[in-house]
Amino acid sequence: MSFEPNILGFLCNWCSYAGADLAGVSRVQYPPNIRVIRVMCSGRVDPVFVIEALATGLDGVIVMGCHLGDCHYIDGNYEEKMKLDLLSKALQLIGLSGRFRLEWVSASEGVRFGQVVSEFTKQIKNEGPSPFSGSKPNQKLKEDLEAIKRTLSDNRLRTLVGRERAITEFGNVYEEIIEFEEYEKIIDDALNSEFLRNKILIKLEKEPLSVKNLSKSLSIESSLILEHIVSLKARNLIDFNRIDGITPYYHALKEAL
Amino acid sequence: MEDIKMGVFICHCGTNIGGFLDVPSLVEYAKTLPNVTFATDNLYSCSEVGLSLIKEKIEEHDLNRVIVASCTPRTHEPLFRSICQEAGLNPYLFEMVNIRDQCSWVHMKETEAATEKAKILIEMGVAKALLLQPLEKFQIDINPTALIIGGGIAGMTAALNLANQEFKVILIEKEPELGGLLRYLYKLYPTHDDASKVLEVRNLVENHQKIKVITSTEPVKIEGFIGNYKVSVKRRDGIYDIDTGIIIVATGAQVLKPEGLFGYNGSTIITQLELEQLLKENKINVKNIVMIQCVGARNEERRYCSNICCMTALKNAMLIKELKPDANISIIFRDIQTQGTTYEEYYRKAREKGITFIRYIPEKVPIVKESNIEVYNDYLNQDISIPYDMIVLSTPLIANPDSEDLAKMLKVPLEENHFFLEAHVKLRPVDFATDGIYVCGSAHWPADIPEAISQAYAAASRASTIISKDVLEVEGAIAEVDEDLCVGCGICIKICPYNAISMDDNGIAHVTEASCKGCGLCGATCPEKAITNHHFTTKQILAQILASGGK
Ligand SMILES: Cc1cc2nc3c(=O)[nH]c(=O)nc-3n(C[C@H](O)[C@H](O)[C@H](O)COP(=O)(O)OP(=O)(O)OC[C@H]3O[C@@H](n4cnc5c(N)ncnc54)[C@H](O)[C@@H]3O)c2cc1C
Ligand code: SF4
Ligand code: SF4
Ligand code: SF4
Repeated sequence: MSFEPNILGFLCNWCSYAGADLAGVSRVQYPPNIRVIRVMCSGRVDPVFVIEALATGLDGVIVMGCHLGDCHYIDGNYEEKMKLDLLSKALQLIGLSGRFRLEWVSASEGVRFGQVVSEFTKQIKNEGPSPFSGSKPNQKLKEDLEAIKRTLSDNRLRTLVGRERAITEFGNVYEEIIEFEEYEKIIDDALNSEFLRNKILIKLEKEPLSVKNLSKSLSIESSLILEHIVSLKARNLIDFNRIDGITPYYHALKEAL
Repeated sequence: MEDIKMGVFICHCGTNIGGFLDVPSLVEYAKTLPNVTFATDNLYSCSEVGLSLIKEKIEEHDLNRVIVASCTPRTHEPLFRSICQEAGLNPYLFEMVNIRDQCSWVHMKETEAATEKAKILIEMGVAKALLLQPLEKFQIDINPTALIIGGGIAGMTAALNLANQEFKVILIEKEPELGGLLRYLYKLYPTHDDASKVLEVRNLVENHQKIKVITSTEPVKIEGFIGNYKVSVKRRDGIYDIDTGIIIVATGAQVLKPEGLFGYNGSTIITQLELEQLLKENKINVKNIVMIQCVGARNEERRYCSNICCMTALKNAMLIKELKPDANISIIFRDIQTQGTTYEEYYRKAREKGITFIRYIPEKVPIVKESNIEVYNDYLNQDISIPYDMIVLSTPLIANPDSEDLAKMLKVPLEENHFFLEAHVKLRPVDFATDGIYVCGSAHWPADIPEAISQAYAAASRASTIISKDVLEVEGAIAEVDEDLCVGCGICIKICPYNAISMDDNGIAHVTEASCKGCGLCGATCPEKAITNHHFTTKQILAQILASGGK
């Protein structure tokens, strides 16, 4: 039997969900792999929802909203785009970005809705079954995904993203403005380092490890690991476990969970 | 724990669903889902018979969650909600599953796969319904008063319109008298009516029983929300509070004074506005007149076209020609903006009357010498020299210097040139994103009188949709902040498209129920996850995700 992917779609009530209804009224035919969750605005879709969906073993997730400038809620979709752009970047880090897509579909684009869904279904068929479904889910990737989830749930990154527009656009009226490129770099750096920290934390929750152990299992230079160990310790998320010879071992503190 | 009894009604929609999905098997499947104590099919759920069946079964089985799997909630949810309500069930305990528009109609040739999909969709609906909470729509009282800020033609027109509909109107004007820019004009394009004649609406406004005009007054503080604004205004003798249901911003604009441009001196080199005054006093006694367009407009500093100055130049050129047929009038322009059939005709008339038009390009601006202007004529591709006795500079309308203060008071945005920015250029052209505040006239963008008047009518009619009601029903599915989780970072306040969130005295965010539209943006953004978006809660959505497959 051929692989029939399970695909989840988040559709905003006013544009994309209406577009999907119009596809129905026009009897546009598309593959039945997609199941839809209706939200009022695409802006409701917390990136963490997408990660949860992937983690449960869904093969692909698509978020659809009104075209930029047409949002029923003024600019909700604009805010959403910034969040999901970050999500895409995060998924890229672990090679899962092909399982996620953001599309703008208006209430009048019934035919296009069908096309987008057909295309995305094809894309996911090419991607193959989710690494988290079936009897042998990929444990390493699951840990990575968990680290991504924590990174995007964590208030540090959320605060940065929440402020993005305020800082890069409205800054000129109310605050000092930062160039978008500069801002993106800040976000990218934060994403990369939070991701690594969360990976370290997840490892240390399972068993006490040394910098060397971590460096080996994460394939990352030990100097970089050490840097993050210092910062995690300063944030009271990990502590010394024991000294083995001259090698210190660390473990995650309970509160981290 | 609440004892949940769920009823699932699966619709055939004639053959629209029943013809393509295996409805009986869906019913059987639904019966296996958690807390489903009753499931059945319905030929047409939305028919009289179908609706009374739902009502009957709610009562008979004491159902406290209801699911209808049929068409789209966008059209039918209100109907099914109201039947739940009739049966004594909170309408928010109803959930709809779309197995027609997004299932049977789009997978017509795959009964088996489509039926499997419908099962999952129903399962997702059940998962959400298990977590649904009763919500109340609530009502807010509306103060049926309109406050209009600015007594130019736009503000006066809006005031009259609302007053004639019997609403109480308060019109506040910064200057000692009403009229705005109109007070300084001579005749008006395109009809050449006297401005003073149009200004006669002032008498209607001032003598209208329903309108209270307060001059030499401006707002200093604005609080509240739709239906219940409190505006503090400053007068010579102190500060007063005005209560109002809605606010219309009609504060107009100002004419740019071209200090330092083209030798502007206020006597021989003047603005169009100053020319209007000379015309009023019949004081034009020179022969060679040159007008320069786009002075201080459409440049790096002000990129926009002020929309009214080309027509104003044409008007004043023709009026001078009427008074002094031997006058030589040249208009040096970049592009002539006379859109629409009437205005284009007006331009043609000006050419027929012998007014000379010379096109210049911004790279080679005209140079004003002692008694002549040197300009590169773009059409002839050569430099020419025009003698003058008087130069008239067409300068743009610019935003009032205090527009930023007013915008902050109202918590509404300005665009880059500091004009007021509407909620949506296509969908809500005279509304602000904040409910119950509207804009019209040149406060929004340089408008001429016909435009200012039509916008004033639009703003008045939008306002009347609110103040014509005694109470406003507010959606129950809105956002709520958990005070224990909120750290007062203020991100939600900036991100809410409706300015529905504010910081209370303890530094905790608070949602103004009357203003929240339930979009959910704040919940998806709050770094502390302190916001619950009712009816679309994180728990409910995660439950739907889990049910959506991937087993
Ligand atoms: C030289 C010139 C010639 C023109 N000729 C024509 C013409 O021939 N035909 C035509 O159709 N249009 C013409 N116009 C355009 C016309 O003047 C505008 O269309 C019109 O004035 C717009 O009206 P308004 O009510 O929006 O604004 P305004 O006329 O600017 O009125 C705004 C009012 O709000 C008041 N205000 C401002 N801020 C506050 C505050 N904070 N609190 C209280 N009150 C406040 C101001 O004092 C003012 O009275 C001309 C404009 C110029 C400059
Ligand atoms: S209306 Fe004419 S003069 Fe005024 S800015 Fe536009 S193009 Fe220039
Ligand atoms: S974003 Fe969250 S934490 Fe920040 S003020 Fe709003 S509710 Fe509070
Ligand atoms: S749900 Fe939307 S409208 Fe309501 S407070 Fe949150 S962001 Fe504002």
